[in-house]
Formats: sequence, structure tokens, C-alpha cells
Amino acid sequence: MAINGRVSAGGADTVDDAGGVGKKRSTRRDTLLSALHEVQNHSPGKTWITNGELAGIAQDYGIPLAELDGIVSFYTMFSRERRGRHVIRLCDSLSCRICGSLDIYQHIRKKLGISRGMTTGDGAFSLEIVNCLGACGTSPNMMIDDHLISGLSAAEIDTMLDSLARGEA
Amino acid sequence: MNDIQFVARFAALGKPLDIDAFALSSGFSGLRKALAMAPAEVVAEVKRSGLRGRGGAGFPTGLKWESIVGGDERYLVCNADEGEPGTFKDRFVLEHAPFLVLEGMAIAAYAIGARTGYIYVRGEYPQIVASLSSAIASAVKAGYLGEHILGSDFAFGVEVRKGGGSYVVGDETALLNSLMGNRGYPFLKPPFPTEKGLWGKPTIVNNVETLAYVPYIFAHGADAFASIGSPDSPGLKLFSVSGHVAHPGVYEFPMGSTVRDLEAAAGGAMGNLKAVQIGGTAGPVFDAAALDYSLDFASMRKAGGALGSGALVFMNTTVNMAQVLDVTMRFFAEESCGQCFPCRYGTRQLAFMANKIASGQGKVEYLDLMRDTARVMVGSSLCPFGQSIALPLESLLNGFGDEVVSFVKQQEFLKEAAV
Amino acid sequence: MKNVTLSVDGKKITVPECATVFSAAEKAGISIPTLCRHEDLEPKGACGMCIVKIEGQPGFKRSCVTRVEEGMDVFTSTAAIRDIRRGILELILAAHPADCLQCIKHGKCELQTLAERFEIRDLRYDRYTRGLSVDRSSLGIVRDMNKCIGCGRCVQVCNEVQTVASIFFHGRGSNTIVSPACGTTMGDSVCVNCGQCVVYCPVGALYEREAVEEVWNAIDDPDKVVVAQIAPAVRAAIGEEFGMEPGELGIGRLYSALKALGVDVVFDTNFSADLTIVEEATEFLGRLKKSDPFPLITSCSPGWVKFGETFYPDLLENVSSCKSPQQMLGALIKTHYVESRGLDRDNVVSLSIMPCTAKKFEATRPEMHSSDARDVDYVLTTREIARMIRQAGIDFRNLPDGVPDPLLSCYSGAATIFGASGGVMEAALRTAYEFATGKTLEKVDFVDMRGMAGVKEAEIDVGGTPIKVAVTNGLGNARKMLDRIAEEKRQGRSSYHFVEIMACAGGCVGGGGQPIPNTLARRAARIEGLYREDRDLPFRKSHENPEVKALYAEFLGSPGGERAHKLLHTEYIPRERYQFSG
Repeated sequence: MAINGRVSAGGADTVDDAGGVGKKRSTRRDTLLSALHEVQNHSPGKTWITNGELAGIAQDYGIPLAELDGIVSFYTMFSRERRGRHVIRLCDSLSCRICGSLDIYQHIRKKLGISRGMTTGDGAFSLEIVNCLGACGTSPNMMIDDHLISGLSAAEIDTMLDSLARGEA
Repeated sequence: MNDIQFVARFAALGKPLDIDAFALSSGFSGLRKALAMAPAEVVAEVKRSGLRGRGGAGFPTGLKWESIVGGDERYLVCNADEGEPGTFKDRFVLEHAPFLVLEGMAIAAYAIGARTGYIYVRGEYPQIVASLSSAIASAVKAGYLGEHILGSDFAFGVEVRKGGGSYVVGDETALLNSLMGNRGYPFLKPPFPTEKGLWGKPTIVNNVETLAYVPYIFAHGADAFASIGSPDSPGLKLFSVSGHVAHPGVYEFPMGSTVRDLEAAAGGAMGNLKAVQIGGTAGPVFDAAALDYSLDFASMRKAGGALGSGALVFMNTTVNMAQVLDVTMRFFAEESCGQCFPCRYGTRQLAFMANKIASGQGKVEYLDLMRDTARVMVGSSLCPFGQSIALPLESLLNGFGDEVVSFVKQQEFLKEAAV
Repeated sequence: MKNVTLSVDGKKITVPECATVFSAAEKAGISIPTLCRHEDLEPKGACGMCIVKIEGQPGFKRSCVTRVEEGMDVFTSTAAIRDIRRGILELILAAHPADCLQCIKHGKCELQTLAERFEIRDLRYDRYTRGLSVDRSSLGIVRDMNKCIGCGRCVQVCNEVQTVASIFFHGRGSNTIVSPACGTTMGDSVCVNCGQCVVYCPVGALYEREAVEEVWNAIDDPDKVVVAQIAPAVRAAIGEEFGMEPGELGIGRLYSALKALGVDVVFDTNFSADLTIVEEATEFLGRLKKSDPFPLITSCSPGWVKFGETFYPDLLENVSSCKSPQQMLGALIKTHYVESRGLDRDNVVSLSIMPCTAKKFEATRPEMHSSDARDVDYVLTTREIARMIRQAGIDFRNLPDGVPDPLLSCYSGAATIFGASGGVMEAALRTAYEFATGKTLEKVDFVDMRGMAGVKEAEIDVGGTPIKVAVTNGLGNARKMLDRIAEEKRQGRSSYHFVEIMACAGGCVGGGGQPIPNTLARRAARIEGLYREDRDLPFRKSHENPEVKALYAEFLGSPGGERAHKLLHTEYIPRERYQFSG
């Protein structure tokens, strides 16, 4: 547990800098977020972290479960609830907004029948609105799983979503 | 036009992961020269160059390196958590010239006495996490990282770490907290990371672009670097140009170039230029008079703004400013870490009021209340994130006040505002 | 440590160089407002209320985390600062339920106090609340997260001080909320009910699970015989609820107050503290003879017991099988007392007045039904009994000293110090020494066991055998001790024969049910009161207690014997931290 961010990296019995209590700490805590990504996405179509997986990581890293749950909940890429096999992240920051993100949002809403934060009934897609994806040169942008998608027409978006839903690509 | 290029030239090689191609183009020549100097001399050279941080704060890099103090272990961290809206130049560097960053990190680590370095890459750049690991492996194999770098006694290892989706983690102390596997809360300062950073040890955090320019200083000399750009902001800068321009993209220009220069490089504005936001979401939104502004730290401060990340978002007359206010305030509310009260509560109220205004349900009272809220946040937020909300807010309420007020008076606008 | 002189609002003040501007101002008599800072905790700078202007430095600085410097010129209350403080309060109030009049913290709430102090007459913001249901799943503590202002004190106490880590911040930004793991409720979490979160919460977001109405009903029911017991630590703190000083003994008045409320019979948990000592000393000496397993660990702190069951199930065999004094007395009330008066047990209501929220959980444990009914029916915290006394309009301060009822209320000095960290150990040593050696212990005071230090150790010569003892208070310190015990156990050795563990810093005087403010300074003052009583009592060793002797002679038989075992001893249950299906 960090006190204002000061946490000792090392050893099982060290007490952290601010004189906190000596809990067992892993030296590997800088790999925590990577471990959470791995566990979340360990197989295609798995896009969330289960209670059991979280408990396993808590045990490995020596982090109390409530704290770990709290850490995970801070970061938007992690989900503790089941999500679609494919996660669509549509950017609605300034550059994307002025280059038409809302049109894309409305189009996807109609096509998939869901709004932001929801998952399609067949479990294929979850739709999220996110902030800047760092690709403003090709606005409007979205990510689908790990892929950055830009510059598609409405028809091209439909084709892509259809093929993803069918399990291709 | 501009013919001095550095990063762009390496990017143009078109072989980002080919270490031999990089080296053949004089890549790692800066590292070679730096290793022939004493670490203190390396720091002095960077100071002489006048290089300032390229992440947004613009703190003199040499000074930062010089101020690292104490510690039996020191760390170098590369901040690749680029998240400022309108900014995509770090992605460009990491995708097209990753070895420049590694070279810069090696020089920095040598200068400050760090054995271990981390590159914290935002989670939304997964391919870069992979490609960087590959680049690091090549660099170790070729002797530019790892033990006995270039045959010297200097050893430095770099590991890549992946973020989880949070803008505020781009703040250097929030980044350190996240790197330590915590919620991304910025630290209380003092003490500064240079004294107590990663794991409580002295740490230097530098932006990707800053590190990418470090090799230039040693390959071509501090004087050469200082001769480009403007006296208070020397060197080249990667400007992220987006929005209503013909060719949005990353453009490498000397510091101090004008907004007009960048607009021209990007093929000119599309439609009638109405506004430009400079420096990212925490920068003011200017009207078209900004075309004549010089893009360096001092000039932008004089213009009532900040250079920030050097992002330029061009907006034409199809954009309504109430919507810009809505999108901007919402960004702050969604990205506030929640650690301190003024920002946690303030950003929510501001986002609420801005949204009401943009959807034609605003009250006249909101305008002054928003200003008061911003003032509270500027005065008492724990970190620069909350403190910076006043710039975009004031610029929109003052510079485009009539338009915003018209929304308060229930004007409808063209597209569905609700997301 | 060097001293530093600075100026705060024009007043020159000299403080050690490690002091914060906040504490320097305090010393200068200036009260800087805060909602997140607490004198017992590490400042986190969350609320922003404590900002000050420091000459020569830009902007405003949080005084709670800013170190003093020689020659600093500090302004704590400029117009700009007052304006910002009011702005922060307005922001909080707009997000806070507007039901002060129905809130348990009404009149005692730090937010209310500051809103009044800064004259927030106008809420310009649109209001909103979280719209959550109140979490009443825990047997000791209620959580109303609609009222949480996010100060973080409870998170710090639970994670960094107590190291239970049952709650943490979840979410981000204005959606940040304090909650247990994975959507569990407090009752399903690893919470041990120590209530330290409750005593540090500035508002009404965390509070004890009340039994006041049920107890009124029992008192008002003419068929019920209400039998009360009062814990050691309560007597040194109850007066604070009525303007008395911490440590001023209020036991005589409390006996009177309970009778005035309509309680039929008043006993004293100190009696059963003496009883606990006789049983536990017997148990300890028995282990000494068999020479394992060591150390013997005390068991009267139910917060610690649940902590042990959850985090150190392998050490449960080390824990004394003795029940806590509360539960021993409850069992005796429902058996010996009921029988001796020829009462119908179903009409007897066993009530305890405790400094502790975990006692509410303890009373419901299945093992605590030795009488085939609940041995303790209701537990009221010090704060709750004070509310009842006020509701009845009783002028506590001016009550005459009353006396308890005979049979189960007489006590020694050793009993009363149970409320202090180290008190159980000291009491046990006074008796164990005489039991083991057959000699009179002349030097009754074991001062090494006393005080607020987190860990205290001593080696006592008991008839030629060096007995190594340790005392720890606060679960964070307990964890360190238990880690060590567990490690040594793996190596087949033990540094100690006997260890006392109390869940709360300072011992029960700092319990989750005590008057708020429940600062470490007040706990220390309450402790002083208990040792004063010990010193002044006619007998100071548990086994000298005449009612205890009578109890064994007339009812229990021998210490550790069959009947004693049935009524006064218990078992422990290893607990899963969390149970998930997925």
C-alpha cells in the first residue's frame, strides 16, 4: 500500500519509507498492470477480469484484495464485468469530435443496437466512449481490441463489424 | 518551409526496428560521444543546449538531471503515457524512431547514474509495447544497452511497462505511482522525484520527445542545438497538428515557428478558421489571431497560454464553442484521479454545467459559477491537472463568450449533443 | 532536532524543524480548518481546506504537509483563502445528503461544523448524491456511502494502521467511492469490526450498528429482567460524553445512570476480567508444564480474534481458549445468576456496555450460546449508552455514585486495567506468579507492560523460570508480531511464552465504540485513569476477588474444570477471506 506513493520495492519484511506496517510485498509490483492485462485478455474473446483471477493476482503479488480491486477500478482498460468478445473504444475528445466522432457513434449505435457502456445481446461487442487515443492525425479514431481503426466509411465499419461478429479477422 | 529535421529524418528511413539502418545513419553516435565524457560533463552539455522538457511542462532538462540527489539506486523513466488530446507526436517517435528514444535514455542514465530504466507506455499503444521490447532486445544484442555499453563500464537496462488507461498518469508523479502498481495518484511535492521517486529512490522522468532530442545534443553539439529555435526554447519540436486542416500529422519545426507556419505545412485550414487550441486540452482556445503566435514557451506564456505538448487543434466555423466547452469539461471530469476534493468535486460540477449549456439547458448563473469553481480549483487542487482547468475554461467563456451565452439562451445547434 | 521560528498571521512561534505549518499554527492558537487531516494519521492533502499563503511562494500551500522553515511568513486566512475554503465546502455540500437532522452525527459532524463556521448560506450548485443503499450487512458497523466525503481516513486506518485492508478507494474522479473488495458488503468482507474506521470518520458515513431501540424495548417490557455489565474501558471515557475529562472515572455515576434508566441488575465486566485471569493463568501454567504450544495468546479482543481466524488460522491453537470477560459474564448471567434467583431465563435480557464495536459481532457468535441462548443479547457502545442517558434527560455529571449488584460485580485492580494495552498481561502475571510459586507477589506493578507503545516486552522471573512476554496493540503491530510468531513456529521455536494482543491502539480505551474524538492523546489519558483506579483499589490481584472465589466454590468447581470449560471457554473458526464462485 502506498503512502503518497512511497512504497519500498524490496523484500518480504521491509517496512516502507513512511514507517508503515511491514506487510509482505513483492518486488514485482511494477509488473502488476501488465499481469492484469495478461489475465484479462488471456484468450481471444476474453475481455474482463474475474473475481477468481483477481484473487489469484492478489495472492501472487501480496496485495490485499480490496486494494487490488481498487487499483484495477482506477484504470479504464480493465473491466471487472463480462464484456463483449470485442471491445470497441470510440474516441470523443476534441479532434475526433470535430472530425465526426458523433456520426460514427450514432451509426454504431444503430448498427449494434447498444449505447456506450453496453454489450450486445450475442456477446460480440461492447461499446465504450474513451478519451484521446493519441492518433489525432487520423481523426476520427476508434480502437477495436488492440487495433487502431481510422478513416473508415460507414459501410466499411459495417463490413468490419459483421466479419468480427462472424468470428473472422 | 523548414529544412532542419532530426527525428523526421530517422523516421523517413522507414525501418524503425532495423538497428543497423539506424546506426548507419549516425544513430548512437551521440551515445558514443557522451560516454567519452564524464557524467557531470554530459549534464553540463544538456544544460548548455537549453533543451526543455517536451511533455508539456517545459522544465529545463539539464537542470532536472542536475538536481537528482542522493540515493544508492537511481532510476530513469521514460514517460510514454501520451494522453493530451490533440497530441500524437510521442506515438510517432516510438513507432518510427524508437532507437532515438533508447539512445536518449542511455545518455540520460549515464548522466544521472541510473542502472535501470523503464518506459511506461500507455495501454492504448499495445503494438508499441511489443515493438519497444523488440528494439530493446536488438539494442542489447548490439551493445547499446545492457552490460558494458559500447565496451565501457556503463551498464543500463530498460524494461517496458504497460499502462491501464488513465490520462492523469501522464503526470510524472502519478506515473511513478502507477508504475509501482498503485492507483495513479500524483504525489504531494516536495519531496520531488529527483529526491524520492520510484520506490522512494531518486528518479528522473523524461518525456519521449525530450529523450529523442538528447542524442542530437551530443551528435551535433549543444551549440548547434541552441542555435535552432528561440533563445528561451532552443531546438526542434514535434508539433501535432489535427482538426480542420488538409493534412493533419506530426511536423518537425524549430521552436518559435508560428502557428501560421504549421498551418501551412499541414496544407492549410479547411473552411474558415474559427479557433485554435494550442498545447492540448489544458491550453486556451484562441481565435484566428493565434495564427501569428510563436510556438515557444515564453511567447505562448506572453499570449496568455502555454506551449504545453505543442498540440494544435484547428477548428473551422462548423464547430460551436459550447460543444468544445462540453467536450473539454467532460474530459477533465472523466480523467480526474479523484484524490483531492477541489478537482474531484469541481470537475464534476463543471462538466455538468458545460453539458447543460451545450444542450440548451444552461442557466445564466452557470457562467460565473464556472469561473468561481475554476478559481477554487486553481487555488487548491493538489496537482497541475486541476490547476490547469482555468485556461481552457476562461478562454472559452471570455474569448467566445457571446456564443456560449447564446447557448445559455436556449439556442439549438445542429447535431445531437448528447453522447 | 533543531528549532525553527516562523511567523503565522503575524504571531512569532518556535517549533521543531520537522513540524508542519499546520501544527505550528495550532501552537500559535490558530485553528486551520481541515476535513481530511487527523492528528493521529499521516496527512494526505486531500481536502485542500488547510491551504495557506506563504510569503514569497506562488499560489497556496497545504499547511498539513508543508514543513516549517526558519523565517517563514505564513498567512492562514486571507480573503482569497476564505473564499476558496467556502468554495470547497459548497462543492462538498452539493454532493452531500441534506438530512443532517436525521443523521447520527448531527451536532458532532466535522463537515457540519465547518459549514457553520464558514457560513455557507447558499448552495449555488445543482445537488446530487450517490443514491446508494446503506450497508447494514456488518454486525458491528454501518456504512452509508452517500455521506462519504472521500477524506480517506478510514482507508488509511484500515490499510496502513490496522492492516486489515477490508476497504479501499474504488473508481476514479468524482465516482471514487470507498468500498470492500469485489462488490462484497462489509459483512462479507474481511472486516473484523474493530471500528477504527468509525472513530476517525469525520461525518456520518460510518457508525456503530445501534441496539438502542431494542434495549429501550427490553427495559420498558415489565416482564423482562435487564441485566447489564460494564467493560473496564468504558468507565474511563463515559464522562467525556458529558463534559468530563478523559480518564476521569465515571463508573459510580454509570451504575446510578443505568438504574435510573430502568436497568434491573447492574454487574461489572471487571468481575469476569478477574475470572478470565484465573482461568487464563491456570491455562498458561498448564501449558508451561506441558511446554507447548507457545506463545499463549490472549483472546479477549474480538477484533483480534476475527483477525487471527482470517489471516493466521495456523496460529489458532496458540490462542487461549478462554472467552472474553464479556462472554464469560454473559454465560454466567444466563446460568448462575438466573438459577440463583429462580428466574425464567427467557425473560432475562443480558446487556453489555462496551467500548467496542467488535463485541456486537462477538455476542452473535454460535460459540457464545453456552446457556443454550445468546449469552449476551445486546451490546451497547459507550456512545450509545450516553445517548440513552441523554434521551432520558439524566444529568450524568451530577449523579451520585451508585453501587453495582452483588454476585458478579466485585473487582480487583488487575481487572480494571484490562482496558489498557498491557493490562491483561499485567493482571495475568500478578496471578500466574502467585499460582506458580505459591509466594506473595510484592511488586505488583509491571510498568514495562504499560503505555501506548505498539510493542512492549519483558522477561519476568516466575519462581526461577524466566517468562518472556510481549504485548502489542493495534492490528498492524499485531500482524508484525504474528508474522514473527508464525515464522518462529515454522522453525520450531518461540521468543515468547505469553503474548497479549489488542486490536485497537492503546487497548480497549481506544475501541470503536468509545467517545469521539478518540485520539491517541485521549486514549493515553483514559489509560492513566485506569491505572489510578488500580492503584487505589483495596485488592489488586484477580485471584483475591472474593466473589470470584465464591463463584468457584459455589458453582464452577475448579479453574479449567468441566463446568468452567463448558461455560467459560470457546473455540475458534478459521475463516475464508473471500469466497468466490468465478
